Amino acid sequence: MTAMVKAEGVHKSFGPVQVLQGIDLEVKSGEVFCLIGPSGSGKSTFLRCINHLEKINAGRLYVDGELVGYRQKGDKLYELKDSEVARKRRDIGMVFQRFNLFPHMTAVENVMEAPVQVKGANKGQARLRAMELLDRVGLADKAGNYPSQLSGGQQQRVAIARALAMDPKLMLFDEPTSALDPELVGDVLDVMRDLAESGMTMIVVTHEMGFAREVGDSLVFMDGGVVVESGHPREVLTNPQHERTKSFLSKVL
Amino acid sequence: MTVDIDKTTGDTPPAGPEAIKAIPVRHYGRYVSAVVALALLGGVVYAFSQGKINWDAIPDYFFDDRILDGVGKTLLLTVLSMAIGVIGGVLLAVMRLSKNPVTSSIAWFYIWFFRGTPVLVQLIVWFNLGLVFEYINLGPFYKDEWSDFMTPFLTALLGLGLNEAAYMAEICRAGLLSVDEGQTEASHALGMSHARTLRRIVIPQAMRVIVPPTGNEVINMLKTTSLVSVVQYPELLRAAQDIGQTSGAPAEMLFLAAAWYLLLTSVFSVGQYYLERYYARGSSRSLPPTPLQKIKANVLSLSSRSKPTGGTA
Repeated sequence: MTAMVKAEGVHKSFGPVQVLQGIDLEVKSGEVFCLIGPSGSGKSTFLRCINHLEKINAGRLYVDGELVGYRQKGDKLYELKDSEVARKRRDIGMVFQRFNLFPHMTAVENVMEAPVQVKGANKGQARLRAMELLDRVGLADKAGNYPSQLSGGQQQRVAIARALAMDPKLMLFDEPTSALDPELVGDVLDVMRDLAESGMTMIVVTHEMGFAREVGDSLVFMDGGVVVESGHPREVLTNPQHERTKSFLSKVL
Repeated sequence: MTVDIDKTTGDTPPAGPEAIKAIPVRHYGRYVSAVVALALLGGVVYAFSQGKINWDAIPDYFFDDRILDGVGKTLLLTVLSMAIGVIGGVLLAVMRLSKNPVTSSIAWFYIWFFRGTPVLVQLIVWFNLGLVFEYINLGPFYKDEWSDFMTPFLTALLGLGLNEAAYMAEICRAGLLSVDEGQTEASHALGMSHARTLRRIVIPQAMRVIVPPTGNEVINMLKTTSLVSVVQYPELLRAAQDIGQTSGAPAEMLFLAAAWYLLLTSVFSVGQYYLERYYARGSSRSLPPTPLQKIKANVLSLSSRSKPTGGTA
């Protein structure tokens, strides 16, 4: 298996605050990679660096073998133009904690938007494909509803369908269930489980330890901007080696 | 009030709980204030009825050709100046929000200048620029004497439009800033460019915030066009004043102009309602009904009220 995402000494700071202090990790193609850790540990920031919503300050970050946000010629780095960054983002789907659906568009229009606007897809075909995707997340009957008419769990599933509409090779999930009522979490996790089984490469920032244990192929525990412990989810969750991991898990499990 | 209560107790099936029957609070203050207000209104109406006003002159001239021409010019000026204002405003707002310090400070300076000086002064300045410029020379495109170029119409249009752009810029900026940053992020994450994100995602949502104050601006603009009578442009107010001087009914013609302004602003308000309704889609669970739908619903509920099972609300 090849590396879909590779991080080498990634640093990120917001002004004087060091959020990431040297992240090294590798996400293999086709695996479900879970990031856990206390809030403020930098896991969401790292996720946002992967599709260049945040610029890294030091280190190297590769997606599918290509540098994120830069082009290397000889030993010089050139910043990518906005259009080139946008082109690379097409292949990376992202699901946000707060859904961020477009409120002025219906569910099906949300899903169609990027294929039509970015890829120039035919509207009729894009609509058919969008309906397929909505059906896949179990919301075919809500296609004509606006986001404000959907529950949180339904909105998040539409958001997943929207990301899938661009046929990404990598999906990023930024605490996809943290803003949901406990009752609605299950539906979203089911969709994600289904997606994992289809072989999608997924990086999931989550507090759902059950999901990580059951579906995850790798797991990383982050704290203070560094990777504290990594390994197979079952091992790390049941038999943590570091004190910090142990104390964190004792609080959330 | 008591009628409602009686009706519900009479119509509801026996399973329901007993409705509360209580004597409502008497608001004596409200009765007193209503009487005072009515008395004042009556006084004003009486005073006007005693004035030596030739009311008949108003319908006589209401559809006079000169008045209609003035109304047309007022409308034309309103629409064109608003168009300049809106386009200029969007441009200035985007400039002000841009990361480029040169464009953002130019936009800041423009807004500072045009918002900081009275529009009447600006109009007169445009009118009198001929004192300092003899010719207008746009290189190979256009060259003319200033007085021929700067007609009263163009003076009015530039004066009102450029001033309006400064106000619209602030309204648009507020609208753009009101859209959640997550929207931009989600759009970027899907691979959409800055321009497309602005056009497809941010501006349609900003419109909800932009439209109500813009409707206000349109109505304001309609009224502000009366200022351009100072630069010799024959719009509604000027037409009314001209007729007033020749017909010997100057005050009546001012009432007539006021009536026309009221009529036009009322029409604009209706248009604004529908525009707001259009941009509200998705922001609330159900759109507010249009007046037509309200009437329909009322008629329906009236007709169903006669049936024993009809329970629409």
